[in-house]
Amino acid sequence: MAQLSIVYFAWVREMIGRDEEHIDRPASGTTLAELIASLGARGGGYAQAFADPSRLRAAVDQHFVSLDTPIGEARELAIFPPVTGG
Amino acid sequence: MKRVNVQSEDFNVATELAALEALGGGGIASFTGVVRGGEGLIALELEHYPAMTAKQMERIVDDAMSRWPLLGVTVIHRFGRLDPGARIVMVGTASRHRGAALESCAFLIDWLKSDAPFWKKEHFADGATTWVAAREEDAAKAKGWS
Repeated sequence: MAQLSIVYFAWVREMIGRDEEHIDRPASGTTLAELIASLGARGGGYAQAFADPSRLRAAVDQHFVSLDTPIGEARELAIFPPVTGG
Repeated sequence: MKRVNVQSEDFNVATELAALEALGGGGIASFTGVVRGGEGLIALELEHYPAMTAKQMERIVDDAMSRWPLLGVTVIHRFGRLDPGARIVMVGTASRHRGAALESCAFLIDWLKSDAPFWKKEHFADGATTWVAAREEDAAKAKGWS
């Protein structure tokens, strides 16, 4: 089964307590919102970080995407709060 | 000329502007963002997404270069822990005329704020820390260009 790297940034990273992990990639039609909900079901910091998906943003293979995007053949998923650079 | 850099170390604005001035255009515009002090802030920590940051900044710069006739663009963004008053970011643009230089400079900093993968954490003298919340008006400003 193909692997998916997930990377976390800012308070998402802090709440979860890790900056990266690898999982078996779910079926290609699974949306990011569905994947995030399943990660949140792990409880603990995941439940806390993913309690309100409207506060989350994502990138697939280093491109910003909306949470209703299917995971497809993604290799790297990033989950983070809205950016605050500049 | 296109110069995009993500770095922890400081940069020299005069040196960067001189490189843009040397391109033969008539107008150079620039913006420098520094860490805003006050309210007990002792440091600003900038986290970023190393695999994506430079690529994303290149995309924003390429967009600016396709919209305005630019001779050169310089964008430098720092990461890591910065003191109040420290430089965070600079944007410099060179064109034959001031309009293109000024407009593209504003476009670039608006888009860097809303579309470059950086996150700011404030550290205060009493030990408290806060992740800076994104401002709706910043996203609106960037969208205003499209």
